[in-house]
Amino acid sequence: MTRPLSPSAFSPTGGSPTVDIEGLSHWYGRREMRRQVLQQVSLRIEPGEVVLLTGPSGCGKTTLLTLIGALRQVQEGDLRVFGEQLRGAGRGARQRLRRRIGMIFQGHNLLRCLSAEQNVQMGADLLPNLSYATRRGQAREWLRAVGLEDHMNKLPHDLSGGQKQRVAIARALAAQPQLLLADEPTAALDSTTGREVVELLRRLAREQACSVLMVTHDPRILDLADRLVRMEDGRLYAAEG
Amino acid sequence: MGRFWWWRRIPLALLMLVRQPVRLLVALAGISFAGILMFMQLGFRDGLFDASVTVHRLFDADIVLISPRSTSSVSMAGFPRRRLVQAMALPEVEGITPVNWNLLLWRNPETRGTRSILALGFEPGDPLFTDPTLSPKAQALTQKGRVLFDERSRPEFGPVAAWFRDGRIVESEIAGKRVRVAGLISLGTSFGADGNLLTSSETYRDLLPNTPPGSIEVGLIRLQDDADPQVAVKRLSDLLPEDVTVLTKQGFIDFEQNYWKTGTSIGFIFTLGAAMGFVVGCVIVYQVLYSDVSDHLPEYATLMAMGYRLITLLGVVVREGLLLALFGYLPAYAAGQGLYLLVRNTTQLPVAMDFSRALTVFTMILIMCMASAGLAMRRLVDADPAEIF
Repeated sequence: MTRPLSPSAFSPTGGSPTVDIEGLSHWYGRREMRRQVLQQVSLRIEPGEVVLLTGPSGCGKTTLLTLIGALRQVQEGDLRVFGEQLRGAGRGARQRLRRRIGMIFQGHNLLRCLSAEQNVQMGADLLPNLSYATRRGQAREWLRAVGLEDHMNKLPHDLSGGQKQRVAIARALAAQPQLLLADEPTAALDSTTGREVVELLRRLAREQACSVLMVTHDPRILDLADRLVRMEDGRLYAAEG
Repeated sequence: MGRFWWWRRIPLALLMLVRQPVRLLVALAGISFAGILMFMQLGFRDGLFDASVTVHRLFDADIVLISPRSTSSVSMAGFPRRRLVQAMALPEVEGITPVNWNLLLWRNPETRGTRSILALGFEPGDPLFTDPTLSPKAQALTQKGRVLFDERSRPEFGPVAAWFRDGRIVESEIAGKRVRVAGLISLGTSFGADGNLLTSSETYRDLLPNTPPGSIEVGLIRLQDDADPQVAVKRLSDLLPEDVTVLTKQGFIDFEQNYWKTGTSIGFIFTLGAAMGFVVGCVIVYQVLYSDVSDHLPEYATLMAMGYRLITLLGVVVREGLLLALFGYLPAYAAGQGLYLLVRNTTQLPVAMDFSRALTVFTMILIMCMASAGLAMRRLVDADPAEIF
């Protein structure tokens, strides 16, 4: 069912790949407790490509995601995001890179004290040289795009699970990222809502020419991917869609 | 202002506080309590120090001569009166008033018990106080054995003022000599003196026959309007021998206050009380901010994952501290005003809100909140964006 992964031929917009991984390995713990979670992983994601990553829990999917998201220090191998080498990149460089990467989490991770609109604006606020009114306008635009124009002033507490995840998508996209990382965004949603949310995510990402790497267990959304990759025991395989 | 609107961000710190009203109220109650405690303790302290110079403030003088052996209003030593006359040699000196100053035993005309009272002796024709209503009353002192009694003296001296107003002839004994109250003045009590009375130099010498002739305890000097008191003090110090100390009027006030500040534990006690308020406030604000940061840790981590810098998030905590300081100070200030009014009415202590104390307490609250924010920030460094996936 699985075969070793070959570099993808997918290239709708051309140019250099958004993510380019070559021989990436990662370990947790020290000395005797040291345990390898990623083994010689190689992966390319082209601009605008939607890649779904599946695999049993504990196989290293989330670790790969945090490494690409510049949230962890690279230990071994090459990891380039937007052409920037992340191995040996310092705190400041990683923080600046994160601004160009949108992230959607298992939980919605919205700020409880902010309204839906303000949460989205936290994403838009990362854009440089825009006036408050512009950023605010963009936040509203994104909420409209995810179909929440009637819920702008609600707190996360008053929104349903699907609505919260849509706010999270709007927030991630409001920073105009070129890469979107999503970790089981449908985990807390029922199947219909889950599929709707991912469809929305895919459509909006396409419009922005934004690449997507999504970790998921959800078999009902696998058909939405341009490409499926499967991870097992720290190794990546191309999977049959 | 335009730039501000342009750069405006979501007021995260404010919203974090406001959207958790219970926690905010606890924090504000704690800060206000600490502020009120500081206002009260410092107010009492300053009020007591202020009260120690009630009489000192009233003198009509620019420069005051005292003996270097004097330590405070309760132990004034004498110096030769001719030093004051010598001071007249300076052209800028306009007038002088020699004053005798001592604590004497006053017999309560009702209970016959004795208690020490501050007696000032002066020439009834000389200006003593800036209050102009004194000089007509002072004329009554030209008769021997007459005193002016301070109606604001403590009640332990007897119902002198009430009897006098009823038209009775009030007579009592000072140091075994009979005196008659010839009028009432209004000065106020202080640390050193529970009551005050004025008398003529002549009567004073009668009451204290052991006073060496020509010896006084305080010499008041009035300068010409355009003269600089600082310069005059310098010139008088050069002119007069070592047996007198030359002070400005403010210097004389400071001399007295300094005695109570350094020579007694009053300052220490009340400052310690204020410090307790500060510490209590610190603990409360720290607790509130620390648990606030802890509760929001996943949210802070999310913001870091989105690309917000750590310094921006530290700024949120600092702003929370600043807002708490501001919001907590206002009720403390209002309550302080109210309590000062209450204290003034019940204890006659001259306690009032002054700018420097208002600023001191605000600074303390600010330090309290900033220090707590600084400590709570350490928690934020634990926020690891890699852990939230």
